[in-house]
Amino acid sequence: MSTVKYTRDHEWVRVDGDVAVIGITDYAQTQLGDVVYVELPELGRRAEQGKEVAVVESVKAASEVYAPVSGEVVAINEVLAGEPGKVNVDPMGEGWFFKLRLANAKELDGLMDEAAYGAFVEGLH
Amino acid sequence: MTDAALQKTPLHALHLELGARMVPFAGYDMPVQYPRGIIAEHLHTRAKAGLFDVSHMGQARLEGAGAAAALEALVPGDIKGLAPGRMRYTLFTNEAGGILDDLMVTGAGDHLLLVVNAARKAEDFAHLERHLAGKARLTRLEDRALMALQGPAAAAVLARLAPGAASLGFMTGAALPVDGEACFVTRSGYTGEDGFELSVPAGAAERLARRLLREPEVLPVGLGARDSLRLEAGLCLYGHDIDETTTVIEADLAWTIQKRRRAEGGFPGAAIILGELASGARRKRVGIRPEGRAPAREGTEITVADGAPVGRVTSGGFGPSADGPVAMGYVAAAHAAPGTTLQLLVRGTPRPARIVPMPFVPHRYHRG
Repeated sequence: MSTVKYTRDHEWVRVDGDVAVIGITDYAQTQLGDVVYVELPELGRRAEQGKEVAVVESVKAASEVYAPVSGEVVAINEVLAGEPGKVNVDPMGEGWFFKLRLANAKELDGLMDEAAYGAFVEGLH
Repeated sequence: MTDAALQKTPLHALHLELGARMVPFAGYDMPVQYPRGIIAEHLHTRAKAGLFDVSHMGQARLEGAGAAAALEALVPGDIKGLAPGRMRYTLFTNEAGGILDDLMVTGAGDHLLLVVNAARKAEDFAHLERHLAGKARLTRLEDRALMALQGPAAAAVLARLAPGAASLGFMTGAALPVDGEACFVTRSGYTGEDGFELSVPAGAAERLARRLLREPEVLPVGLGARDSLRLEAGLCLYGHDIDETTTVIEADLAWTIQKRRRAEGGFPGAAIILGELASGARRKRVGIRPEGRAPAREGTEITVADGAPVGRVTSGGFGPSADGPVAMGYVAAAHAAPGTTLQLLVRGTPRPARIVPMPFVPHRYHRG
Protein backbone atom coordinates (compact mmCIF):
# COMPACT_ATOMS: atom_id res chain seq x y z
CA MET A 1 0.00 0.00 0.00
CA SER A 2 1.48 3.31 -1.06
CA THR A 3 1.17 6.49 0.96
CA VAL A 4 0.66 10.01 -0.42
CA LYS A 5 2.08 13.08 1.28
CA TYR A 6 1.75 16.77 0.44
CA THR A 7 3.80 19.96 0.76
CA ARG A 8 2.80 23.55 1.51
CA ASP A 9 3.98 24.38 -2.04
CA HIS A 10 1.26 22.06 -3.41
CA GLU A 11 3.40 19.15 -4.56
CA TRP A 12 2.32 15.58 -3.86
CA VAL A 13 4.62 12.60 -3.33
CA ARG A 14 3.48 8.97 -3.56
CA VAL A 15 5.93 6.52 -2.01
CA ASP A 16 6.25 2.91 -3.09
CA GLY A 17 9.25 1.15 -1.52
CA ASP A 18 12.24 3.46 -1.93
CA VAL A 19 10.84 5.29 -4.99
CA ALA A 20 8.73 8.44 -4.75
CA VAL A 21 6.49 9.67 -7.59
CA ILE A 22 6.03 13.44 -7.55
CA GLY A 23 3.57 15.86 -9.12
CA ILE A 24 1.50 18.94 -8.35
CA THR A 25 -1.90 18.87 -6.64
CA ASP A 26 -5.33 19.50 -8.07
CA TYR A 27 -5.41 22.78 -6.14
CA ALA A 28 -2.12 23.81 -7.79
CA GLN A 29 -3.28 23.03 -11.32
CA THR A 30 -6.54 24.90 -10.72
CA GLN A 31 -4.64 27.96 -9.54
CA LEU A 32 -2.22 27.80 -12.49
CA GLY A 33 -4.81 27.33 -15.20
CA ASP A 34 -3.99 25.71 -18.54
CA VAL A 35 -0.51 24.16 -18.35
CA VAL A 36 1.40 24.65 -21.62
CA TYR A 37 4.94 23.52 -20.74
CA VAL A 38 6.72 21.49 -18.06
CA GLU A 39 10.49 21.59 -17.65
CA LEU A 40 11.59 18.36 -15.97
CA PRO A 41 14.95 17.52 -14.33
CA GLU A 42 17.57 15.36 -16.05
CA LEU A 43 17.78 11.69 -15.16
CA GLY A 44 20.43 11.11 -12.52
CA ARG A 45 20.19 14.59 -11.05
CA ARG A 46 20.27 14.71 -7.25
CA ALA A 47 17.30 16.71 -6.01
CA GLU A 48 17.45 18.35 -2.62
CA GLN A 49 14.38 18.73 -0.42
CA GLY A 50 12.85 22.20 -0.76
CA LYS A 51 15.00 23.20 -3.74
CA GLU A 52 13.71 23.97 -7.23
CA VAL A 53 13.68 20.86 -9.41
CA ALA A 54 11.18 21.58 -12.19
CA VAL A 55 9.19 24.43 -13.76
CA VAL A 56 5.53 24.38 -14.75
CA GLU A 57 4.26 27.04 -17.13
CA SER A 58 0.67 28.12 -17.67
CA VAL A 59 -0.48 30.52 -20.38
CA LYS A 60 0.09 33.37 -17.93
CA ALA A 61 3.28 32.54 -16.02
CA ALA A 62 6.09 30.18 -15.04
CA SER A 63 6.12 28.61 -11.54
CA GLU A 64 8.85 26.65 -9.77
CA VAL A 65 8.27 23.13 -8.51
CA TYR A 66 10.27 22.17 -5.40
CA ALA A 67 11.49 18.71 -4.48
CA PRO A 68 9.27 17.45 -1.61
CA VAL A 69 12.07 15.05 -0.59
CA SER A 70 15.72 14.52 -1.50
CA GLY A 71 16.84 11.84 -3.93
CA GLU A 72 18.12 10.85 -7.35
CA VAL A 73 15.87 11.40 -10.37
CA VAL A 74 15.20 7.90 -11.77
CA ALA A 75 12.33 8.67 -14.20
CA ILE A 76 10.57 11.61 -15.82
CA ASN A 77 7.12 11.74 -17.39
CA GLU A 78 8.00 12.04 -21.09
CA VAL A 79 4.29 12.31 -22.00
CA LEU A 80 4.17 15.85 -20.62
CA ALA A 81 6.47 17.14 -23.39
CA GLY A 82 3.71 16.55 -25.94
CA GLU A 83 0.68 16.72 -23.67
CA PRO A 84 1.32 19.20 -20.83
CA GLY A 85 -2.47 19.49 -20.40
CA LYS A 86 -2.37 16.08 -18.63
CA VAL A 87 -1.34 18.08 -15.56
CA ASN A 88 -4.75 19.78 -15.61
CA VAL A 89 -6.78 16.72 -16.51
CA ASP A 90 -5.19 14.18 -14.14
CA PRO A 91 -2.71 15.90 -11.80
CA MET A 92 -2.42 12.97 -9.38
CA GLY A 93 -2.26 10.31 -12.08
CA GLU A 94 -1.12 10.67 -15.72
CA GLY A 95 0.06 14.20 -14.97
CA TRP A 96 2.92 13.05 -12.68
CA PHE A 97 6.23 14.88 -13.12
CA PHE A 98 9.18 12.66 -12.08
CA LYS A 99 10.33 9.85 -9.77
CA LEU A 100 13.04 10.02 -7.13
CA ARG A 101 14.97 7.22 -5.37
CA LEU A 102 14.63 8.38 -1.76
CA ALA A 103 17.83 9.56 -0.07
CA ASN A 104 16.28 9.89 3.36
CA ALA A 105 12.85 8.38 4.04
CA LYS A 106 12.62 10.33 7.32
CA GLU A 107 12.02 13.52 5.31
CA LEU A 108 8.54 12.18 4.58
CA ASP A 109 7.60 12.55 8.24
CA GLY A 110 7.63 16.33 7.93
CA LEU A 111 5.07 16.36 5.10
CA MET A 112 1.29 16.58 5.39
CA ASP A 113 -1.09 13.66 4.95
CA GLU A 114 -4.25 14.06 2.87
CA ALA A 115 -6.40 15.33 5.76
CA ALA A 116 -3.81 17.86 6.88
CA TYR A 117 -3.30 19.11 3.31
CA GLY A 118 -7.05 19.39 2.78
CA ALA A 119 -7.30 21.55 5.91
CA PHE A 120 -4.30 23.61 4.75
CA VAL A 121 -5.95 24.34 1.38
CA GLU A 122 -9.25 25.20 3.12
CA GLY A 123 -7.34 27.77 5.15
CA LEU A 124 -6.14 29.49 1.98
CA HIS A 125 -9.67 30.62 1.02
CA MET B 1 -11.27 37.53 -2.11
CA THR B 2 -11.95 40.99 -3.61
CA ASP B 3 -9.92 43.98 -2.50
CA ALA B 4 -12.05 46.92 -1.34
CA ALA B 5 -9.44 49.40 -2.57
CA LEU B 6 -9.87 48.24 -6.16
CA GLN B 7 -12.38 49.89 -8.47
CA LYS B 8 -15.16 47.86 -10.04
CA THR B 9 -16.59 48.07 -13.55
CA PRO B 10 -20.38 48.04 -14.08
CA LEU B 11 -20.03 44.33 -14.99
CA HIS B 12 -18.22 43.32 -11.77
CA ALA B 13 -21.17 41.45 -10.23
CA LEU B 14 -21.75 39.60 -13.50
CA HIS B 15 -18.11 38.45 -13.59
CA LEU B 16 -18.45 36.98 -10.09
CA GLU B 17 -21.74 35.30 -11.03
CA LEU B 18 -20.05 33.75 -14.09
CA GLY B 19 -17.34 32.27 -11.86
CA ALA B 20 -14.49 34.49 -13.03
CA ARG B 21 -11.13 34.47 -11.33
CA MET B 22 -10.58 38.11 -10.44
CA VAL B 23 -7.20 39.86 -10.38
CA PRO B 24 -6.10 43.43 -9.77
CA PHE B 25 -5.35 45.20 -13.05
CA ALA B 26 -4.65 48.94 -13.40
CA GLY B 27 -6.47 49.60 -10.13
CA TYR B 28 -9.55 47.55 -11.08
CA ASP B 29 -10.76 44.14 -9.94
CA MET B 30 -10.93 42.40 -13.32
CA PRO B 31 -11.67 38.88 -14.65
CA VAL B 32 -8.47 37.16 -15.84
CA GLN B 33 -10.43 34.07 -16.86
CA TYR B 34 -13.75 32.28 -16.46
CA PRO B 35 -14.09 28.58 -15.56
CA ARG B 36 -13.43 27.32 -19.13
CA GLY B 37 -9.90 28.70 -18.95
CA ILE B 38 -7.69 30.94 -21.07
CA ILE B 39 -7.01 28.48 -23.92
CA ALA B 40 -10.69 27.65 -24.42
CA GLU B 41 -11.64 31.34 -24.26
CA HIS B 42 -8.90 32.23 -26.73
CA LEU B 43 -9.83 29.51 -29.24
CA HIS B 44 -13.53 30.29 -28.89
CA THR B 45 -12.88 33.95 -29.78
CA ARG B 46 -11.05 32.88 -32.95
CA ALA B 47 -13.78 30.35 -33.83
CA LYS B 48 -16.99 32.21 -32.85
CA ALA B 49 -17.26 35.25 -30.58
CA GLY B 50 -15.94 36.40 -27.21
CA LEU B 51 -17.34 39.16 -25.01
CA PHE B 52 -14.74 41.21 -23.11
CA ASP B 53 -15.29 43.80 -20.39
CA VAL B 54 -12.89 46.67 -21.12
CA SER B 55 -14.73 49.24 -19.04
CA HIS B 56 -11.55 49.99 -17.10
CA MET B 57 -10.20 51.81 -20.17
CA GLY B 58 -10.49 55.59 -20.28
CA GLN B 59 -13.17 57.06 -22.51
CA ALA B 60 -13.43 60.78 -23.23
CA ARG B 61 -14.99 63.27 -25.60
CA LEU B 62 -12.93 66.10 -27.07
CA GLU B 63 -14.97 68.96 -28.51
CA GLY B 64 -14.64 72.49 -29.80
CA ALA B 65 -13.58 74.00 -33.13
CA GLY B 66 -9.90 73.44 -32.30
CA ALA B 67 -10.19 69.86 -31.03
CA ALA B 68 -8.41 68.14 -33.94
CA ALA B 69 -5.62 70.73 -34.05
CA ALA B 70 -5.15 70.55 -30.27
CA LEU B 71 -4.87 66.76 -30.37
CA GLU B 72 -2.47 66.87 -33.32
CA ALA B 73 -0.09 68.89 -31.15
CA LEU B 74 0.28 65.76 -28.97
CA VAL B 75 0.08 62.84 -31.44
CA PRO B 76 1.69 62.07 -34.83
CA GLY B 77 -1.56 60.85 -36.40
CA ASP B 78 -3.59 62.84 -38.95
CA ILE B 79 -6.58 63.89 -36.83
CA LYS B 80 -7.68 66.92 -38.88
CA GLY B 81 -8.13 64.60 -41.84
CA LEU B 82 -10.19 62.10 -39.87
CA ALA B 83 -13.58 62.01 -41.63
CA PRO B 84 -16.71 61.69 -39.49
CA GLY B 85 -17.17 58.07 -38.48
CA ARG B 86 -13.53 57.14 -39.14
CA MET B 87 -11.30 55.76 -36.43
CA ARG B 88 -7.52 55.93 -36.08
CA TYR B 89 -4.86 54.33 -33.84
CA THR B 90 -2.36 56.90 -32.62
CA LEU B 91 0.19 57.64 -29.87
CA PHE B 92 0.86 60.34 -27.32
CA THR B 93 4.57 61.02 -27.85
CA ASN B 94 7.17 62.76 -25.68
CA GLU B 95 10.02 65.09 -26.62
CA ALA B 96 12.43 62.14 -26.86
CA GLY B 97 10.25 60.45 -29.49
CA GLY B 98 9.04 57.95 -26.87
CA ILE B 99 5.45 56.89 -26.26
CA LEU B 100 3.31 58.12 -23.34
CA ASP B 101 0.35 55.94 -24.34
CA ASP B 102 -1.44 54.51 -27.36
CA LEU B 103 -5.05 55.41 -28.04
CA MET B 104 -7.98 55.16 -30.43
CA VAL B 105 -9.54 58.33 -31.84
CA THR B 106 -12.89 58.33 -33.64
CA GLY B 107 -14.46 61.23 -35.50
CA ALA B 108 -18.03 61.58 -34.21
CA GLY B 109 -19.28 64.61 -36.16
CA ASP B 110 -18.85 67.68 -33.96
CA HIS B 111 -16.47 65.95 -31.53
CA LEU B 112 -13.78 63.29 -31.19
CA LEU B 113 -14.08 60.17 -29.05
CA LEU B 114 -10.92 58.92 -27.35
CA VAL B 115 -10.18 55.53 -25.77
CA VAL B 116 -6.95 55.28 -23.75
CA ASN B 117 -5.34 52.62 -21.54
CA ALA B 118 -6.67 52.12 -18.01
CA ALA B 119 -3.25 52.38 -16.37
CA ARG B 120 -2.52 55.65 -18.21
CA LYS B 121 -5.89 57.40 -18.24
CA ALA B 122 -5.27 59.80 -15.36
CA GLU B 123 -1.91 60.89 -16.85
CA ASP B 124 -3.28 61.06 -20.41
CA PHE B 125 -6.26 63.23 -19.51
CA ALA B 126 -4.14 65.54 -17.34
CA HIS B 127 -1.61 65.78 -20.22
CA LEU B 128 -4.41 66.67 -22.65
CA GLU B 129 -5.94 69.27 -20.36
CA ARG B 130 -2.55 70.96 -19.85
CA HIS B 131 -2.14 71.37 -23.59
CA LEU B 132 -5.66 72.23 -24.75
CA ALA B 133 -5.15 75.91 -23.83
CA GLY B 134 -8.81 76.75 -24.23
CA LYS B 135 -8.90 75.45 -27.82
CA ALA B 136 -11.01 72.39 -26.99
CA ARG B 137 -12.91 70.87 -24.08
CA LEU B 138 -12.24 67.40 -22.66
CA THR B 139 -15.05 65.47 -20.96
CA ARG B 140 -14.31 62.12 -19.31
CA LEU B 141 -17.07 59.61 -20.01
CA GLU B 142 -17.03 57.96 -16.60
CA ASP B 143 -20.71 57.03 -16.89
CA ARG B 144 -20.03 54.66 -19.77
CA ALA B 145 -18.94 51.04 -19.84
CA LEU B 146 -16.95 49.55 -22.73
CA MET B 147 -17.43 46.02 -24.07
CA ALA B 148 -15.67 44.28 -26.92
CA LEU B 149 -17.40 41.61 -28.99
CA GLN B 150 -14.70 39.87 -31.02
CA GLY B 151 -14.54 36.96 -33.42
CA PRO B 152 -15.82 35.78 -36.81
CA ALA B 153 -19.41 35.51 -35.52
CA ALA B 154 -19.41 38.98 -33.90
CA ALA B 155 -21.03 40.72 -36.87
CA ALA B 156 -23.86 38.20 -37.19
CA VAL B 157 -24.51 38.34 -33.44
CA LEU B 158 -24.52 42.12 -33.19
CA ALA B 159 -26.72 42.47 -36.29
CA ARG B 160 -29.52 40.72 -34.33
CA LEU B 161 -29.48 43.53 -31.72
CA ALA B 162 -28.28 46.43 -33.89
CA PRO B 163 -29.17 46.03 -37.59
CA GLY B 164 -26.89 48.96 -38.52
CA ALA B 165 -23.76 47.40 -37.06
CA ALA B 166 -23.06 44.97 -39.89
CA SER B 167 -22.68 47.81 -42.41
CA LEU B 168 -19.85 49.45 -40.42
CA GLY B 169 -16.45 49.10 -42.11
CA PHE B 170 -13.25 48.20 -40.27
CA MET B 171 -12.04 51.17 -38.19
CA THR B 172 -15.28 53.11 -38.45
CA GLY B 173 -17.86 53.94 -35.79
CA ALA B 174 -21.37 55.28 -35.32
CA ALA B 175 -23.91 56.09 -32.62
CA LEU B 176 -26.31 53.15 -32.79
CA PRO B 177 -29.02 51.73 -30.56
CA VAL B 178 -28.05 48.21 -29.47
CA ASP B 179 -31.12 46.35 -28.18
CA GLY B 180 -32.60 49.79 -27.55
CA GLU B 181 -29.64 51.19 -25.60
CA ALA B 182 -27.86 54.31 -26.89
CA CYS B 183 -24.36 53.01 -27.73
CA PHE B 184 -21.43 54.23 -29.75
CA VAL B 185 -20.25 51.24 -31.76
CA THR B 186 -16.90 50.94 -33.55
CA ARG B 187 -15.72 48.07 -35.73
CA SER B 188 -12.37 47.57 -34.04
CA GLY B 189 -10.67 45.51 -31.39
CA TYR B 190 -7.51 44.03 -29.94
CA THR B 191 -7.61 40.40 -31.09
CA GLY B 192 -6.80 40.44 -34.82
CA GLU B 193 -10.36 39.23 -35.50
CA ASP B 194 -13.37 41.04 -36.90
CA GLY B 195 -15.32 42.60 -34.08
CA PHE B 196 -16.79 45.61 -32.34
CA GLU B 197 -16.32 47.78 -29.30
CA LEU B 198 -19.50 49.08 -27.68
CA SER B 199 -19.49 52.18 -25.52
CA VAL B 200 -22.56 51.65 -23.38
CA PRO B 201 -24.34 53.72 -20.68
CA ALA B 202 -23.06 52.22 -17.40
CA GLY B 203 -26.60 51.52 -16.17
CA ALA B 204 -27.38 49.43 -19.26
CA ALA B 205 -24.11 47.51 -19.40
CA GLU B 206 -25.07 44.45 -17.37
CA ARG B 207 -28.39 43.97 -19.15
CA LEU B 208 -26.71 44.29 -22.54
CA ALA B 209 -23.88 41.93 -21.58
CA ARG B 210 -26.40 39.31 -20.44
CA ARG B 211 -28.32 39.80 -23.67
CA LEU B 212 -25.18 39.24 -25.77
CA LEU B 213 -24.17 36.21 -23.67
CA ARG B 214 -27.58 34.64 -24.44
CA GLU B 215 -26.57 34.40 -28.11
CA PRO B 216 -25.31 30.85 -28.76
CA GLU B 217 -21.99 31.95 -30.31
CA VAL B 218 -20.94 34.19 -27.41
CA LEU B 219 -18.85 33.29 -24.35
CA PRO B 220 -17.29 35.64 -21.79
CA VAL B 221 -13.54 36.10 -22.20
CA GLY B 222 -11.11 37.47 -19.61
CA LEU B 223 -7.92 39.48 -19.64
CA GLY B 224 -5.75 36.35 -19.93
CA ALA B 225 -7.06 35.46 -23.37
CA ARG B 226 -7.21 39.15 -24.33
CA ASP B 227 -3.44 39.19 -23.81
CA SER B 228 -2.72 35.97 -25.74
CA LEU B 229 -5.01 37.07 -28.60
CA ARG B 230 -3.36 40.48 -28.98
CA LEU B 231 0.13 38.93 -28.76
CA GLU B 232 -0.66 36.50 -31.59
CA ALA B 233 -2.04 39.48 -33.55
CA GLY B 234 1.29 41.30 -33.05
CA LEU B 235 -0.39 44.22 -31.24
CA CYS B 236 1.51 46.25 -28.64
CA LEU B 237 0.68 46.30 -24.94
CA TYR B 238 1.51 49.64 -23.37
CA GLY B 239 4.01 49.44 -20.51
CA HIS B 240 5.48 46.26 -22.00
CA ASP B 241 6.08 46.55 -25.76
CA ILE B 242 5.96 50.34 -25.90
CA ASP B 243 6.69 52.98 -23.28
CA GLU B 244 8.41 56.33 -22.78
CA THR B 245 11.80 54.82 -23.73
CA THR B 246 10.74 53.17 -27.01
CA THR B 247 10.49 55.53 -29.97
CA VAL B 248 7.67 55.30 -32.48
CA ILE B 249 10.11 54.09 -35.15
CA GLU B 250 11.84 51.54 -32.89
CA ALA B 251 8.35 50.21 -32.09
CA ASP B 252 7.73 49.72 -35.85
CA LEU B 253 4.73 52.04 -35.66
CA ALA B 254 5.75 54.40 -38.49
CA TRP B 255 2.50 53.43 -40.24
CA THR B 256 0.63 55.51 -37.63
CA ILE B 257 2.24 58.72 -39.00
CA GLN B 258 0.26 59.81 -42.05
CA LYS B 259 1.81 61.64 -45.01
CA ARG B 260 0.88 65.18 -43.98
CA ARG B 261 2.29 64.73 -40.47
CA ARG B 262 5.55 63.33 -41.90
CA ALA B 263 5.87 66.47 -44.01
CA GLU B 264 4.75 68.97 -41.36
CA GLY B 265 5.88 67.46 -38.06
CA GLY B 266 4.46 69.49 -35.18
CA PHE B 267 4.12 66.72 -32.56
CA PRO B 268 6.33 66.04 -29.52
CA GLY B 269 9.60 64.37 -30.51
CA ALA B 270 8.99 65.02 -34.22
CA ALA B 271 12.66 65.79 -34.98
CA ILE B 272 13.82 62.48 -33.47
CA ILE B 273 10.97 60.41 -34.88
CA LEU B 274 11.19 61.84 -38.42
CA GLY B 275 15.00 61.56 -38.28
CA GLU B 276 14.75 57.86 -37.45
CA LEU B 277 12.08 57.45 -40.12
CA ALA B 278 14.58 58.76 -42.69
CA SER B 279 17.75 57.02 -41.51
CA GLY B 280 16.60 54.10 -39.38
CA ALA B 281 16.46 53.39 -35.64
CA ARG B 282 19.20 51.56 -33.76
CA ARG B 283 16.79 48.84 -32.60
CA LYS B 284 13.46 47.46 -33.73
CA ARG B 285 10.43 45.67 -32.30
CA VAL B 286 10.20 42.22 -33.90
CA GLY B 287 8.27 38.97 -33.70
CA ILE B 288 10.14 36.01 -32.22
CA ARG B 289 9.35 32.32 -32.59
CA PRO B 290 11.19 30.21 -29.96
CA GLU B 291 12.07 26.69 -31.16
CA GLY B 292 10.56 23.91 -29.07
CA ARG B 293 7.76 24.38 -26.58
CA ALA B 294 9.27 26.51 -23.79
CA PRO B 295 7.73 30.00 -23.62
CA ALA B 296 10.12 32.97 -23.34
CA ARG B 297 8.60 35.49 -20.95
CA GLU B 298 8.89 39.26 -20.73
CA GLY B 299 12.42 40.24 -19.72
CA THR B 300 14.13 37.25 -21.37
CA GLU B 301 17.55 38.26 -22.75
CA ILE B 302 18.12 37.82 -26.50
CA THR B 303 21.68 37.01 -27.63
CA VAL B 304 23.60 36.10 -30.78
CA ALA B 305 25.32 32.71 -31.06
CA ASP B 306 28.46 33.76 -29.15
CA GLY B 307 26.32 34.96 -26.23
CA ALA B 308 26.54 38.72 -26.83
CA PRO B 309 23.24 40.38 -25.82
CA VAL B 310 21.31 42.08 -28.64
CA GLY B 311 17.93 42.68 -27.05
CA ARG B 312 15.15 41.65 -24.72
CA VAL B 313 11.68 40.08 -24.91
CA THR B 314 8.89 42.54 -24.03
CA SER B 315 5.90 40.15 -24.31
CA GLY B 316 6.05 36.41 -24.49
CA GLY B 317 3.97 33.38 -23.77
CA PHE B 318 2.03 30.55 -25.32
CA GLY B 319 -0.08 31.20 -28.41
CA PRO B 320 -3.06 28.81 -28.37
CA SER B 321 -3.85 29.37 -32.08
CA ALA B 322 -0.16 29.44 -33.08
CA ASP B 323 0.04 26.21 -30.99
CA GLY B 324 3.39 27.11 -29.51
CA PRO B 325 5.42 29.81 -27.83
CA VAL B 326 5.36 33.30 -29.36
CA ALA B 327 7.09 36.48 -28.29
CA MET B 328 7.90 40.02 -29.30
CA GLY B 329 10.80 42.16 -28.25
CA TYR B 330 13.45 44.62 -29.29
CA VAL B 331 16.69 43.66 -31.05
CA ALA B 332 19.54 45.70 -32.49
CA ALA B 333 18.73 46.74 -36.06
CA ALA B 334 21.45 44.47 -37.52
CA HIS B 335 19.61 41.39 -36.16
CA ALA B 336 16.03 42.42 -36.90
CA ALA B 337 15.51 40.85 -40.34
CA PRO B 338 12.96 38.01 -40.52
CA GLY B 339 14.74 34.66 -40.66
CA THR B 340 17.59 35.76 -38.38
CA THR B 341 18.48 33.05 -35.86
CA LEU B 342 19.09 34.21 -32.28
CA GLN B 343 19.12 32.71 -28.80
CA LEU B 344 16.82 33.27 -25.84
CA LEU B 345 18.29 32.92 -22.37
CA VAL B 346 15.50 31.01 -20.59
CA ARG B 347 16.41 30.29 -16.95
CA GLY B 348 20.09 30.54 -17.85
CA THR B 349 19.88 28.11 -20.77
CA PRO B 350 20.32 29.44 -24.33
CA ARG B 351 17.49 28.27 -26.57
CA PRO B 352 17.32 28.86 -30.33
CA ALA B 353 14.71 31.23 -31.76
CA ARG B 354 13.96 32.92 -35.05
CA ILE B 355 12.87 36.44 -35.98
CA VAL B 356 9.56 36.17 -37.84
CA PRO B 357 7.13 38.64 -39.42
CA MET B 358 4.09 39.49 -37.33
CA PRO B 359 1.23 38.79 -36.87
CA PHE B 360 1.73 35.19 -35.71
CA VAL B 361 -1.88 34.47 -36.67
CA PRO B 362 -3.26 36.25 -39.77
CA HIS B 363 -5.54 39.22 -39.12
CA ARG B 364 -9.12 38.64 -40.18
CA TYR B 365 -10.50 42.16 -40.04
CA HIS B 366 -13.68 43.03 -41.93
CA ARG B 367 -12.72 44.34 -45.36
CA GLY B 368 -16.21 44.65 -46.85
